[in-house]
Amino acid sequence: MSEYRAPITDMRFTLEHVAGLETLRTLPRFAHVDGDLLTGVFDEAGRFASEVIAPLAQVGDTIGSVHNGDGTVATPPGYKEAYQRFVEAGWPAAGFPEEIGGGGLPWGVASALQEMIIAADMGFSLCPMLTYGTVDMLSLHGSEEQKATYLGKLVTSEWSGTMVLTEAQAGSDVGALTTKAVPADDGTWRLTGTKIFITWGEHDLTENIIHIVLARTPGAPPGTKGISCFIVPKYLVNPDGSLGARNDVTCLSIEHKLGIHSSPTCVLSFGDAGEGAVGYLIGEENEGMRYMFTMMNEARLSVGNEGLAVSERAFQQAASYALERKQGRTVGGERGEQAPIIRHPDVRRMLMLMRANIAAMRGVLYRNALAIDLSRHLEDEERRTQEEDLAAILTPISKAWASDLGTELTSLGIQIHGGSGYVEETGAAQWWRDSRIAAIYEGTNGIQAQDLAMRRIPLGGGVAMHRLFEMVLGDAASLEGDLKPIADRLTEATEASAAVAMTFGQWLLEGRYNDVLAGATPFLKMMGDTLGGWMLARGARAATAEPAGYDPAFLADRIALAAFYAEHVLPTVIGLKGSCLAGAEGMFAIEESRFG
Amino acid sequence: MKIAVCVKQIPDPATPYQLDPETHLVMRPAEQVLDDTDRYGIEVALQLAAATDGTVVLVSMGPAGNLQGIRQALAMGADQAVVVSDPLLQGSGALVTARVLAAAIVREAVDLVIAGTESTDGYTGIVPQQIAEILGLPALTFARKVEHIDGKLRVERQTASGYDVVTSPLPALVSVTSGAVEPRYPTFKGIMQAKQKPVDQPTCADLGIDPGSVGLGGSGQSITAVRPAPARTAGTKIHDEGEAYLEIVKLLEQAKVI
Ligand SMILES: Cc1cc2nc3c(=O)[nH]c(=O)nc-3n(C[C@H](O)[C@H](O)[C@H](O)COP(=O)(O)OP(=O)(O)OC[C@H]3O[C@@H](n4cnc5c(N)ncnc54)[C@H](O)[C@@H]3O)c2cc1C
Repeated sequence: MSEYRAPITDMRFTLEHVAGLETLRTLPRFAHVDGDLLTGVFDEAGRFASEVIAPLAQVGDTIGSVHNGDGTVATPPGYKEAYQRFVEAGWPAAGFPEEIGGGGLPWGVASALQEMIIAADMGFSLCPMLTYGTVDMLSLHGSEEQKATYLGKLVTSEWSGTMVLTEAQAGSDVGALTTKAVPADDGTWRLTGTKIFITWGEHDLTENIIHIVLARTPGAPPGTKGISCFIVPKYLVNPDGSLGARNDVTCLSIEHKLGIHSSPTCVLSFGDAGEGAVGYLIGEENEGMRYMFTMMNEARLSVGNEGLAVSERAFQQAASYALERKQGRTVGGERGEQAPIIRHPDVRRMLMLMRANIAAMRGVLYRNALAIDLSRHLEDEERRTQEEDLAAILTPISKAWASDLGTELTSLGIQIHGGSGYVEETGAAQWWRDSRIAAIYEGTNGIQAQDLAMRRIPLGGGVAMHRLFEMVLGDAASLEGDLKPIADRLTEATEASAAVAMTFGQWLLEGRYNDVLAGATPFLKMMGDTLGGWMLARGARAATAEPAGYDPAFLADRIALAAFYAEHVLPTVIGLKGSCLAGAEGMFAIEESRFG
Repeated sequence: MKIAVCVKQIPDPATPYQLDPETHLVMRPAEQVLDDTDRYGIEVALQLAAATDGTVVLVSMGPAGNLQGIRQALAMGADQAVVVSDPLLQGSGALVTARVLAAAIVREAVDLVIAGTESTDGYTGIVPQQIAEILGLPALTFARKVEHIDGKLRVERQTASGYDVVTSPLPALVSVTSGAVEPRYPTFKGIMQAKQKPVDQPTCADLGIDPGSVGLGGSGQSITAVRPAPARTAGTKIHDEGEAYLEIVKLLEQAKVI
């Protein structure tokens, strides 16, 4: 079983010197988030993740959660105890506002804590992650009574939450869902329908589960405009807060899947036994999709965080293997003497790709999280809107770019292990299997690319995108001396990305939607790699200034990573331009029938 | 009851230790962490304090640095800390350490002193007994279980062959073994509160300790040379032809494990 050690120094450096935590510290609500606090919190959360959660990953993978046949689901051995301790230690609440009983940490910092838990065991981490979504939904759109009833125990994660959207015919196309909600005499609702793929939809970790269910009310307009949001608790909650009757929600089965075996992916049936499961409407009828959008940024960013976190885990295991495994002779090495494989340039290339991309992702994701914080709490309205727009652009990139990299880098982790990597016992394959889902759920990466190209490019008439490119170019221009080559590669990549964005903007005006859609995915990749280079360049610049409290060797590493990325990743950005701008015609050149 | 727990900040064990080439002393960065073996003593103290409505004060000697390790201990739930941090103390041996800690403990007027059995960076393993002797307290060492019953301590003392049960009136000193209890993980609230808890940092002068009696000069001991630990030698391979377990049994017997 591989160990996990939270990369605390890099997390702190990225927050303080790359992503720009200092802006957040100017706000009274976050003034206390100083270096000491980060160290104290990261230290202990890291230790907790390593010692309590990380040992679960392999058990979770090999045993997995099991459907008992009677509608209950048993989690793997050790999960209950670990979850209990997780709740008691107060980690799940750390990132929520104090007003609702949280610890008051900004999202940027909470993202780092989340990264630790995901890296320790992604299957486990999904349970609290889904709960975060429920908390966001209720705190933003729930009634006072609903907040009083559910929020407290969800904030602490004593109860867990779910997001119940998907149905067999309604996946990417949420608007196609058919689960019905009809009003009852007492002002509550009755829900009937079958949902699939519901993460942590049933389990034995908490005494209650609060489902947030999307359904249609009688006479609702078709598509996404006719969707309403309901609270459907597993156990109804009495006025005094105690648990009442079991609601009519049944877990019919759970899926056998590629990874995240401890996370039960449930088929949930509502209203099997009678007139429907009891539900409570959130906000207004038919406003469900609008409510979902308000919490989408955090949810998508969390999924991007999965790509980052699992890559980090895979990297740690691959790096320690590469230091130990001896095989082959290096150029100029003694005959008959085997060298540790880390000395072979190709192995080093893989390790560097992993490490540089991980640092790049961490930068982009934390900047994204801080943009969410700033968009909520900055005083100045104009700056608040700017940060909101930035978050809107970064979120689909964080989600898709980082989750795709997750699969790519965990695959490199296997490759570094050679044959042993393909053998399950080694444990390297689990990270790849676990990571694969992140590109699919919470809006597939194809849908993210579409969102970026179709909706984010035109945001504010193209001004938001333009401002982002200007920020990158401005930082590039500030790099001097040894960092000049990094600046040059970053500028070239940014100009290429900006050129594609300009053309796409033009095409959108001309109605050439299919041409934009055909190039959306390579464009998202261009953007991700460019912004990753931006963050690494900022890191190199900060490292050159030798900030106090960091080991000089660590700072030198940060400069070397930025240089490596500028040499090996940024040049590939320019190569994607052709694919982005090729248009849709060639993609449809072979007739549909020729695929059959 | 009021309980003092002796704790130590040490350089992060995950990074290689640096020795000062001249004095051979461990170089201590500003960021030092709590010695993991201290967590057991803190846990025992917190449990006893909770049961008796008492308080826990941490007592430590060594460069305060940024107090990271002390905050870690406070985050577990200790109420306050005394860190004797004085450049004069650099190079002090075990006995001087015991004298200084004893002087700090006396000021706190505690009912019980708890320590680990030895520190992870020093491994002398004699400081707790020395403190007990200086303070004239009964020393109950190598405790694997500590209970407070009818105003007395009942301790299970780990021995080579099992354990002894010993009892003692208070005040007393107890050294606890690693693994005696399962140390709690600090809660998020605990970590936030730790920032606000009082940390007193007296010097030798504050404690009325003669500067000539401490440090390298006052310790009556000196480090004459240091050598790197010998590299690990290759292990022995036993080929199993059905009887390998006998070899292993023999090895375990030699190691006096069985
Ligand atoms: C392990 C797991 C956990 C999950 N957890 C949850 C959960 O907790 N709650 C929940 O509600 N759902 C959950 N899901 C469902 C998940 O969100 C959906 O699977 C996902 O949205 C894709 O929908 P689909 O499977 O129907 O695929 P489809 O929508 O059929 O997509 C198939 C392919 O077509 C592409 N595609 C579809 N539409 C378009 C389009 N308009 N433009 C371009 N490309 C398109 C997709 O990108 C994809 O490549 C989970 C799924 C899994 C596997």
